[in-house]
Amino acid sequence: MTNLLAAATIPDAITFAIAAVICVVGAFGVVLARNPVHSALMLVMTLFGVAVLFVEENAQFLAAVQVIVYAGAIVVLFLFVIMLLGVDRHEAIERDPLPGQRLIAVCLGILGLVELILLARGKWPHGPRSVSGPLGTPADNVSRIGKSVFTTYLLAFEVTSALLVIAVVGAVVLARRPRRAAGDDGAPFVEPDDSIGDLDAGEPEPLDQPAEDTEAGAAVEFADADAEAAPTGRAAGRTGP
Amino acid sequence: MSVGTSWYLTLAAILFTIGAIGLLVRRNVLVMFMCVELMLNAATLTFVTFARGLDDIAGQTAVFFVLVVAAAEVVVGLGIIVSIYRRRPGATADDIHGLKG
Amino acid sequence: MLRSVFLIPLLPLAGFVILLASGRQLGNPRAGWLATLMVAASFVVTIVVFIGLFRLPAGARSYTETWFTWISAGHLHVDMGLLVDPLSMTMAAFVTGVSALIHLYSIGYMEHDEDFPKFFLYLNLFVASMLLLVLADNFLFMFLGWEGVGVCSYFLIGFWFERDSASSAAKKAMIFNRIGDAAFLVALFLIYERTGSLEYHTVFANLGRVGEPSLVAIGLLLFAGAAGKSAQIPLYPWLADAMEGPTPVSALIHAATMVTAGVYLMCRINPILFRAPDAAHVVAIVGAGTAFLGATIACAQNDIKKILAYSTISQLGYMFLAAGIGAYDAAIFLMLTHAFYKALLFLGAGSVIHAMNDDQDVKTMGALARVMPITGVTFLVGWLSIGGVPPFSGFWSKGNVLLNAYAFSPVLWAIGSLTAVLTAYYLGRAYLLVFRGEQRWVEARPSGAAGHGSHDAAGQDPHDPSWVMSLPLVVLGVLSALGALVNLPFHPTFDFLDRWLNPVFASRLLAHRWSVGGLWGFAVVDGVLALLGVGLAIACWGRTSEHPALEPTVLRRAWYIDWAYDRFIARTSTEVAVETSSVVETKGIDGAVNGLAGLVRATGRQLRKVQTGYVRNYALGLTAGLVLVLAYVLTRAS
Repeated sequence: MTNLLAAATIPDAITFAIAAVICVVGAFGVVLARNPVHSALMLVMTLFGVAVLFVEENAQFLAAVQVIVYAGAIVVLFLFVIMLLGVDRHEAIERDPLPGQRLIAVCLGILGLVELILLARGKWPHGPRSVSGPLGTPADNVSRIGKSVFTTYLLAFEVTSALLVIAVVGAVVLARRPRRAAGDDGAPFVEPDDSIGDLDAGEPEPLDQPAEDTEAGAAVEFADADAEAAPTGRAAGRTGP
Repeated sequence: MSVGTSWYLTLAAILFTIGAIGLLVRRNVLVMFMCVELMLNAATLTFVTFARGLDDIAGQTAVFFVLVVAAAEVVVGLGIIVSIYRRRPGATADDIHGLKG
Repeated sequence: MLRSVFLIPLLPLAGFVILLASGRQLGNPRAGWLATLMVAASFVVTIVVFIGLFRLPAGARSYTETWFTWISAGHLHVDMGLLVDPLSMTMAAFVTGVSALIHLYSIGYMEHDEDFPKFFLYLNLFVASMLLLVLADNFLFMFLGWEGVGVCSYFLIGFWFERDSASSAAKKAMIFNRIGDAAFLVALFLIYERTGSLEYHTVFANLGRVGEPSLVAIGLLLFAGAAGKSAQIPLYPWLADAMEGPTPVSALIHAATMVTAGVYLMCRINPILFRAPDAAHVVAIVGAGTAFLGATIACAQNDIKKILAYSTISQLGYMFLAAGIGAYDAAIFLMLTHAFYKALLFLGAGSVIHAMNDDQDVKTMGALARVMPITGVTFLVGWLSIGGVPPFSGFWSKGNVLLNAYAFSPVLWAIGSLTAVLTAYYLGRAYLLVFRGEQRWVEARPSGAAGHGSHDAAGQDPHDPSWVMSLPLVVLGVLSALGALVNLPFHPTFDFLDRWLNPVFASRLLAHRWSVGGLWGFAVVDGVLALLGVGLAIACWGRTSEHPALEPTVLRRAWYIDWAYDRFIARTSTEVAVETSSVVETKGIDGAVNGLAGLVRATGRQLRKVQTGYVRNYALGLTAGLVLVLAYVLTRAS
């Protein structure tokens, strides 16, 4: 309603200021930290700041989703990979091997920033209002988003779900280990049957002992190669990425 | 209710710029990825700002989808990074220049 | 009867094709007999058609037989058609007749040559081309024959191409011809553009619409073409070098037939020359000049064939003189008799060369009349004919030309008469040096000299050749002696040739009526001049064979004209060509092309630097683009 654009109150301004500072400091931290783990943590800080700003802007659902999905899953995934691959070494940040890259990047960045600010101060934020439906009160936020997603943007929703499936499949395929046995061209998406067991063992493993490379958990974000990190030596039929 | 939209847009612009410069300057692949996430966040902030400014729920819906796609993108991107790292441990963005003309 | 005119060129052409396919199998001498038979058959057909034409009434003696449409493109329509009229049949008759005799002669002359069939193949092709030339009914078809005889001339001059001098002579002939042909082509373009057609009848009917400057241009251009083909100033030096070919070739092509093609052309275009007197006068003056020039050079040559070559140039000059002043019938008459006696002289020279083991220097001959009676007698007849001694044919034909020359311009008559004296003189010199005087050849030939073939072992004397070579000599001798019977001036009923050719030339002849007294006066003067020349020859050369004063170097070197061509035109052109190829070509043109390629390569090399392979650089590019787009949006945002 129109009270959304009423004059800002003092607490709002202070909240905005603090959240803005948090975001910017976090952003600088991401870019300037030498240790990638530090970068990830700084990213979390930025995400929290942005979540606060979401709440300020009457997008409560999104703030929650931001914290849960972005800060709570995506960055965690980043950290998993960092730890897994051991890229937490220090990167030599003083020198840039590509000549002129740094200078030009900073210049272009500042130039772009100036342009964006100029654009922001213009009359751009004006246009047809409430095309898809008004924002409503904070209590309505979830239902309004839900209504919008499941009616107006239903096609996008369905496509996005297909995208998620593809992403899962893609991640599984990408993260497989390269196959070790020759002459094995098994179907790429079929999990190998590891219950056959080691031929030297002499007897098949009992079925209740789960194979260590069970398929990924329900959550999309866990479909990575983590489970295959433990070398078992039993994988005779694994196919690689 | 909150401060004027142009403040938020300015903030988003700053975040975006920092992310862009970070992408161009850092060589560690994961840090570059994080800078991309930073840019995405700046974009989502802009969306939400406009949703408030125009009193339109479509902006927030857009952010919803952006979040989903960002997540999928991270998944696949990290899968690619992992498979690259298997071949050459310790690779940075500069080590992969096979398309040099 | 007239319809069989197509056989006339077709028979020699068939001979060419047969010899091309199976000449080697037929071999020596059957290939030669086949070729001779074809030309003789063509001669018979020519006579048949001739009679057929004769039977037609005088005003209607013109018949066209069209084979097929050759070119039909837009407004240009050219048929392959043959024209039967008095001029073309006269030409065809003596071409086939003399060619048949020379073919017969060649069977004997080329007997020991291993490329015997190839020679007759070329000869037949030549006769076919020449017949197409004279029988064509349009300029383009005639040009086809024109080119054909040029090409055959090249082949035949360079027949013994392993000799550098022969192949160079062939090239020289081709190049000089080509210059003339270029002028001919431009004339054809002009004719077509002005009259809309290339057929004789149509062109001549439409001449009234063409302005005189164009007619003069056409006339001069066609004369330039004729000058190339018939060795007039300035395109004559090739004929002397063309003597590198075998003697029958010199007899046929460079005496009797090909070189007369130019004269034929001038006579055929008499309507044009009639309307363009300036061009005709140029033709006459150049002809007279060439006649004099050729005669002077021939006085000091030692090679028997070169003497005859320059003599041909000189006689052709007479013919052009006649054509230029409008006395076309005199030109044709002279051409006819010249064909007889010049072919005779050449064949006689061939016999002598054959007998002297291919030695052609008159200074090493002498007293051959005793041992080669037939050749000697026929050569004598030839000399007297060409010298213009009555009652041989040359007297009448050359007299006719001089008569008309006087009517046109006494100056030209004077030049012509002086040349006549020189003609009798130099050919007398040749006859006396070869056939009379002391026998200089015994000591000139070393005892171990290899003979030509098997029947001239060292020490054997020269003798008359076999009947295949002697028969043509005799026939031509008779024709030279009596050939003028076709056109005697005494009585209106005797000038058959003039009346026969009249429809073709009609009102374009020089109109001058002489009284009988005038005719007799000129006859007497001509006879006196001829005998003067004969007497001079006998006086100077009857006894001795050395007279350096009468053979100055400037004449022996042909007034240094050929040397000048070589020095100032040929060598300069070669230098320009070398310069162009080494400088302009390599630095300029190659430089430009390679430079362009190099430029492209360099640009590519520079542009390749954009593709560094680093993702971050590409991202930088993206960002730069983004900034530019934002700037654009900013400009529109206000």
